[in-house]
Amino acid sequence: MTDINAPRGPASPPKPAVRTARPSVMQRAAAERTQTTIGRRRVVNVVMVGVTFGAAILATLPLIFILGHLIVAGASSINVDFFTQIPKPPGEAGGGMANAMVGTLVLILAASAFGLPIGIGAGLYLAENRGTHLANAVRFLSDVLNGLPSIVMGIFAWQFLVKPMAKFTALAGGIALGAMMIPLVTRTTEEMIRIVPVSLREAALALGYSRWRTSLVVVLRTALPGIVTGALVAVSRIAGETAPLLFTVLGNQFWSASLREPIAALPLQIFNFAISPYDQQHALAWAGALVLIGIVLIISLAARFATRSRFGLGGD
Amino acid sequence: MATEPPRAPVPTAVTAPPPAAGAERRRLEVASLSAYYGSAEIVRGVSITFRDREVTAIIGPSGCGKSTLLRCLNRMHETVPTAHVAGSVSLDGRDIYAKGVNAIEVRRHIGMVFQRPTPFPTMSIRDNVAAGLQILGRDKPSRAETDHIVEDALRRTALWDEVSNRLKDSAIGLSGGQQQRLCIARALATRPAVLLLDEPTASLDPISTQKVEELVYELRRDMTVVIVTHNMQQAARVSDRTAFMLMGELVEIAATNTLFTTPSDSRTEAYITGRFG
Amino acid sequence: MVSEAARPVVTTRPDDTGLGARIDGSAIGDSIYRWMTTAFALGIPILLLFIAIEIGAAAWPALKAFGFGFLTSSDWDPPHNIFGAAPAIYGTIVSSFIALLIATPLALGVAIFLSEFAPSWLRQPVAFLVDLLAAIPSVVYGLWGIFVLQPLLRDHVMPLLSAIPLLGQTPLFEGPAYGPSMLSAGLILAIMVLPFISAVSREVLMAVPRSQREAALALGATKWEMISDAVVPYARSGIIGGIILGLGRALGETMAVTMLIGNVHKISASLLAPGYTMASLIANEFAEATGDLHLSALMAVGAVLFVVTLIVNGLARWLVWRVSREGQS
Repeated sequence: MTDINAPRGPASPPKPAVRTARPSVMQRAAAERTQTTIGRRRVVNVVMVGVTFGAAILATLPLIFILGHLIVAGASSINVDFFTQIPKPPGEAGGGMANAMVGTLVLILAASAFGLPIGIGAGLYLAENRGTHLANAVRFLSDVLNGLPSIVMGIFAWQFLVKPMAKFTALAGGIALGAMMIPLVTRTTEEMIRIVPVSLREAALALGYSRWRTSLVVVLRTALPGIVTGALVAVSRIAGETAPLLFTVLGNQFWSASLREPIAALPLQIFNFAISPYDQQHALAWAGALVLIGIVLIISLAARFATRSRFGLGGD
Repeated sequence: MATEPPRAPVPTAVTAPPPAAGAERRRLEVASLSAYYGSAEIVRGVSITFRDREVTAIIGPSGCGKSTLLRCLNRMHETVPTAHVAGSVSLDGRDIYAKGVNAIEVRRHIGMVFQRPTPFPTMSIRDNVAAGLQILGRDKPSRAETDHIVEDALRRTALWDEVSNRLKDSAIGLSGGQQQRLCIARALATRPAVLLLDEPTASLDPISTQKVEELVYELRRDMTVVIVTHNMQQAARVSDRTAFMLMGELVEIAATNTLFTTPSDSRTEAYITGRFG
Repeated sequence: MVSEAARPVVTTRPDDTGLGARIDGSAIGDSIYRWMTTAFALGIPILLLFIAIEIGAAAWPALKAFGFGFLTSSDWDPPHNIFGAAPAIYGTIVSSFIALLIATPLALGVAIFLSEFAPSWLRQPVAFLVDLLAAIPSVVYGLWGIFVLQPLLRDHVMPLLSAIPLLGQTPLFEGPAYGPSMLSAGLILAIMVLPFISAVSREVLMAVPRSQREAALALGATKWEMISDAVVPYARSGIIGGIILGLGRALGETMAVTMLIGNVHKISASLLAPGYTMASLIANEFAEATGDLHLSALMAVGAVLFVVTLIVNGLARWLVWRVSREGQS
């Protein structure tokens, strides 16, 4: 029952010992097993491989259908106008979503400006104060914040920012989105900083580095590729968010990049066009969705490559 | 110590006046030092003197507190949560644990090299060596001065010929032995008075080990070196004096030759003849 | 390059080491750094507290006016200032339940296939594709749901369901098939939460110690018997945590549901009938709410949603955390 002689893959870390309660259950199962025929058990095994494989196929089908339909329905409306024009009045042909793309970019920048410093700072705190009550509480609450429905964040931003100012602004939406980035950025920052070997921190301290310099110049710098990945994942998550924008940025049919004005956003525009009665706007919604997915996928892929390349930790 | 006249602080000059005569000069004095993790006493009332221009080796079985003692000498011990220290450590007669003494300042005068090579992975070879100089604020040397200091440090560690044509490359590309010598060069670049080596060859191959040992032997010319090692042959090869520790206590310290041939304590004898540990 | 002779020789200063001679800003810098990171870390609890206070205060008038009846009453009549959130609460529970019913077996199948059966060349791409489902924005799911999934359900699947002997006659599949329905919302939610459940399950399955697997194999178990007897029981509470995490997502999901559920204040037994969820109710009526009490009632729905997801997520985190801690000890 020990694993001493078992072949072990190079990637498998040392495993804890077998719990004593388990074997007896399994031994009973094994005893029952000997009464059935080997052949039937093999068939069950093969069937279950098939069933789980089927589940995997079934799970990827929606993705293929959705992406396929997006390309078929959206590509025909994608042209130069789509990237350079603002929407035409309902029912008129042509027009584009350029203002919505600019708006999404502005919102991403505003959200990052708010969410990244808090997320990274909190992540640093959690990594450097592990085991303290405050750190545990903050980590748990960060998870709670991560599970908060985006619509709740939306009505909070309305109550907190829009209502007092009596005005829908891009800023309110940016802060709502930024708040949603915080837990993800906090979590990845903490994890990436924990990967940095303690010896590196000690080496810097032994050179006469102060704690803050050690943390920022050596530890944070070393963990940076991983943190960039976390930030990109967080951005890709909020780029397509709609619910927090409904009552904060409102949407805008015209050009605007100001944080103090209502602003257009790609997901919001897709929503409004999708529920409109005009075929012309439906087509633009498909095109917008294709572009939005493209943006999200590009950011996600960039996030993967940010980790893969140059994560230079340790010498061996 | 008392016989020596007080000296005025010397600005960070690149060249230093010739060393004072008298090889027996005391540099680092440890008086009844105890070190704790929480309530566990790892080092128990150790008093020991490290002389200038000497290599002192600290040997002993694992867990005897030799690394912890070393980490108390430049106040690295206190960077671990719950760790604390009682007693005193004096550098040139000044208690490094005294009130008002900055631990960071202490570590700039007492350099340290660890068991495993710790080059900063995001810095080039040059920047690694210069890392300790970048934090000097207004005393920071100019670019040209830094280049000189880097070159000197690399020459002293016999790395210059191996890396001079790739100073801008990442330090991660170096071999383990080169990385460890780079870490020694990095420690030397800030021109510490004392260099602490915590089993510096534990993760190196025999050839790299030999290079590091030669380097340690050379370093005694102008500094105090304390080396912790589990390898008695290494202690015998590189050190002038050797201290033997057991269960947190200093058993004895003597000239290396004496300690390995005619130890005065039976426990030392048992250890060096391999009867335990 | 300076010539060898001119190059200054670096030696140590044998003289006074000047301890404390130079006081740099390190101590001040350290305390600034400490205060800054602590402040950022405190930002998270403060933000949550703000959210709770702001929404709680805004919801208070409605909660005070209707008391517990707010949760049980089905009347939602803005012109007469009568508000009861029961249909939205019912719709939230039912649509999430449908989603979990469909997504859980599928996600478990995917997780078991990827962690146990899949050849390594297939593992990465399939895992990537399933993870990609989580990257699709909610509004895109909604768009696809309106124009592709919903017509498909209305024209082909729903008639088929009604035609099933016995089951088709139950109230569950009663009434005409319009399209916008609890079923469409539940189905789109199933697709959306699947990657979350599968990712957490895969993670906890892979965290099962090798010794557990080998113990089963050594007793002559087939691979499937090893999975069902040793691996899944060991990872059980983590898998349940993953399912509950999926539940948390489903409860709060807004856009796709708003676009598909039909938005009707009515509790119907039939899955083919339209309904409402808490999130879609807010999304749909918040912008048009004119009366103060209407707005407060919507805030109260938000407060209920906040509390429910808080409990559900707390539970899920606790279960997942318990497994990962056991794996380490």
